[in-house]
Amino acid sequence: MKIGYFPGCSLHATAREFDESLRLVAAALDIELDEVQDWACCGATSAHATNHALGIALPARTLALAQRQKLDRVLCPCAACYNRLATARHALAHDKKTAAQVQSILGLAFDNSVGVVSIAEMLSGVTAEIRKQTRVPLTDVKVACYYGCLLVRPPDVCGFEDAEVPSSLESIVSATGAAPVKWSMALECCGGGFSLSRTASVVRLGRLILRAARDAGAQIIVVACPMCHSNLDFRQRAMLERGGLNQPMPVLFLSELVGLSLGLDPDRLGLRRHFVSPQPLLDRISASKAMPERREQA
Amino acid sequence: MSRIGVFICHCGENIGRTVDCERVAQTAGELPGVAHSVDYKYMCSDPGQALIKQAIQEMRLDGVVVGACSPHMHEKTFRRAAAAAGLNPFLCEMANLREHCSWIHEDRERATRKAIDLTRFIVEKVKFNRPLSTILIPVERRALVIGAGIAGIQAALDIADGGREVVLVEKEPSIGGHMSQLSETFPTLDCSQCILTPRMVEVAQHPRIKLLTYSEVESVEGYIGNFQVKIRKKARSVDETRCNGCGECLKNCPNKKIPSEFDQGLGLRTAIYVPFPQAVPNIPVIDRTNCALFRGRAKGVKKVVCGKCAEVCGRKAIDYDQQDSFVTENVGAIVVATGYELYSIGKEQESQALRGYGEYGYGTIPDVIDGLQFERLASASGPTGGKILRPSDRREPRTVVFLQCIGSRDPAKGIEYCSKICCMYVAKHAMLFHHKVHGGKAVVFYMDIRAGGKGYDEFVRRAIEESRALYLRGRVSRMYRNGETIRVHGFDTLSGEPVVIDADMVVLATAMRAQPGIASLAQKLSVSYDQHGFLNEAHPKLRPVETNTAGVFVAGACQAPRDIPDSVAMASAAASKVLGLFSKELLEREPLIARVDRATCTGCFQCERVCPYGAIERKPLKDAKGRLIRMVAEVNQGVCQGCGTCQATCPSKSVELEGFTDEQIYAAINAL
Repeated sequence: MKIGYFPGCSLHATAREFDESLRLVAAALDIELDEVQDWACCGATSAHATNHALGIALPARTLALAQRQKLDRVLCPCAACYNRLATARHALAHDKKTAAQVQSILGLAFDNSVGVVSIAEMLSGVTAEIRKQTRVPLTDVKVACYYGCLLVRPPDVCGFEDAEVPSSLESIVSATGAAPVKWSMALECCGGGFSLSRTASVVRLGRLILRAARDAGAQIIVVACPMCHSNLDFRQRAMLERGGLNQPMPVLFLSELVGLSLGLDPDRLGLRRHFVSPQPLLDRISASKAMPERREQA
Repeated sequence: MSRIGVFICHCGENIGRTVDCERVAQTAGELPGVAHSVDYKYMCSDPGQALIKQAIQEMRLDGVVVGACSPHMHEKTFRRAAAAAGLNPFLCEMANLREHCSWIHEDRERATRKAIDLTRFIVEKVKFNRPLSTILIPVERRALVIGAGIAGIQAALDIADGGREVVLVEKEPSIGGHMSQLSETFPTLDCSQCILTPRMVEVAQHPRIKLLTYSEVESVEGYIGNFQVKIRKKARSVDETRCNGCGECLKNCPNKKIPSEFDQGLGLRTAIYVPFPQAVPNIPVIDRTNCALFRGRAKGVKKVVCGKCAEVCGRKAIDYDQQDSFVTENVGAIVVATGYELYSIGKEQESQALRGYGEYGYGTIPDVIDGLQFERLASASGPTGGKILRPSDRREPRTVVFLQCIGSRDPAKGIEYCSKICCMYVAKHAMLFHHKVHGGKAVVFYMDIRAGGKGYDEFVRRAIEESRALYLRGRVSRMYRNGETIRVHGFDTLSGEPVVIDADMVVLATAMRAQPGIASLAQKLSVSYDQHGFLNEAHPKLRPVETNTAGVFVAGACQAPRDIPDSVAMASAAASKVLGLFSKELLEREPLIARVDRATCTGCFQCERVCPYGAIERKPLKDAKGRLIRMVAEVNQGVCQGCGTCQATCPSKSVELEGFTDEQIYAAINAL
């Protein structure tokens, strides 16, 4: 399977481990990632908050470049990028005025035929393959699947699954052998881009999420968004200072969890880059991993 | 040369605003064959009709064209006027200058020209109209009522009290419908069972009502005045003639753990059961999917697994080998009163168009219940004896959150209509909760309060002011279990603040939907239904209980969401329509039906194949000596609806539709 790849800025910077782990997982699952050449900013937050046309034109340009590269779908691992590209695709299909305006801005041949796929959608389509290739079943690892706000909403734009009760992350996590927990905060806001301007709010929101995950019995949280990851991971120390939370909770990218189950090297998956160390989890896994290896040798 | 009179109506401003009626009348007056042409402000009024009558007599008119509204609206009116003046009513026709012209156009000049064209069109047609006489068909003066909820019961009683026989068919083991499940009723808070059960008994004892419970309509044939209805009597496994309703079998049935449908799954029943103690008839039925004996049989076990009920039955009424049986009833009219079901709002939906409300946890959180379940909790005959207790732990809830419009008025979830009754019953629930749980707190999330009806708004005010229900205008985004309670996240749009409430119980006022089997029943009856499955009335304002199939009437919530007063009113209206139909032995109907020319009919029976009503019959054509020449088609006058499909299909042009002959249609087209 070949799919276009739009990493976006985060995956080259704060979420490098997302990029690294995703590339390794894709290779292991025989998915060829063809990076869109000369991609630019998706327009998240700054562009679409200030100029509607620019907010559509920036992602539309990336889609046009993908079309030039003869790609039929583009994978956007970052939830914000995914949301911008999907929004642009939706707006261009439903708003003729914007479509005409954007066409004149682009100056590229473009017929809006390139599909936009989130990592949740892509991996939930290959769960059978993940199951088959699992080397290290993550049995008994209790996972809180955290979607955040941008991965499945708004329903008209994303439309991949039920926007109120999504289940794609759970199906992927189940494929790794881990156990998704039932919890209530899977779609709550993490504070998003307010990490710098209103840090206190981000800490307060994150604390609620962490507490709900812990109360549901989760050992780790799995995310599919660099922003969610940075808020829950980087700001976690502040969250733990108050509110009766003392046990840190590792926050993993979805691709990292899948990578672990496929038996990939935790270091190469970027697990050393986290602020909250996932070491307890890795210790558990290596303990259970010892068993099947021994059996193989025998 | 014809002597046609043309009468152009202004319809007040409706036509006059965009069409120059005076000019239309003047131009029509110049058409060949037109002897008289005038315009008038309201042609349907008494003086307007007098104008027509007077002109027919004074000008010796042999045809009338009224340029006014749709024939649906007033064709009958004007034909009656023509007949009163001595003209055959079928020589009077209408040109539709309102719906087909003035209402849909803006340019006065062009609209006027179109009105002239439409008038000329009908004038040319009328020149070829033939005098016709109405058809008389005999009427079987018995009625069938389908569904024995409050609407069906009311319709059956009204018809029976009017002196006509009624066959009342109910698919459940007992009559009573949803109303028998309710606790109290708005806006008077009188007990539902107290007002319903006497009527149920009346139905059972009425000499002119034949009650068929646990039965369904299998097929319907025939036409107004002459329907043949085949009814399936499902196997009760209990002989109705022997059972005296003692209840010994219920007491001895070993399987007592089946969720009761009547209690909406909040209570339990046995495998042989009577839905509720006041059931009519008080005869049990064996639920074969849950009965040990039948389950054993289904698995092919040779041994008789259980037989307790037959053992204890002193009347030997239990019959394990009973089969479904069929009865055929001849009736002249049918009233459909099949009622509603509630929107099941779990995550899984049977239809792609419906989304469900996974975010509310219905079906996964036991203390999230729907409106009918709350009725059962509040009902003295319910599983808790009328005490409000949570299903999960049987504790009295202190805070109950009620959510209105669950499904209703939400196109994103698949239903855009208002279910009409929820505002009222939620107010009632809040009141009942307040009466039964002192110090309890009722919180209601609403979109709008729709309390149109006598004493309705006052009732809602009482819930707010006397029962201190907290009404919050807004929606709830989601709910989840938070320890013992349910955390409800909502938004109060009036204060602009998010609201979080820890509730002990949540009641969802889910949308009313048509019964699941309604589409197949509607197809059997040739009655149309909307995209939600509600049956269509013939006219939303002027013919609310009739359907587009003559002789079939609707009552209650099968047509649209209805409360009890509305359902009863509709049922009585339908009953009076039925009694009106039965007031004569012969039924008059319009002669605008197809006729076959036996001389030219070749007997190919293409018409039989295309007729949607089954009106074509095969008849022998014989010579003077009685020898068969060939089989030819004949139209059953009672069944034909005058659609004209046979006319268009006939390869030998042997079928003519009276009132719409080829001659008339070509003359009209040539006039354009």
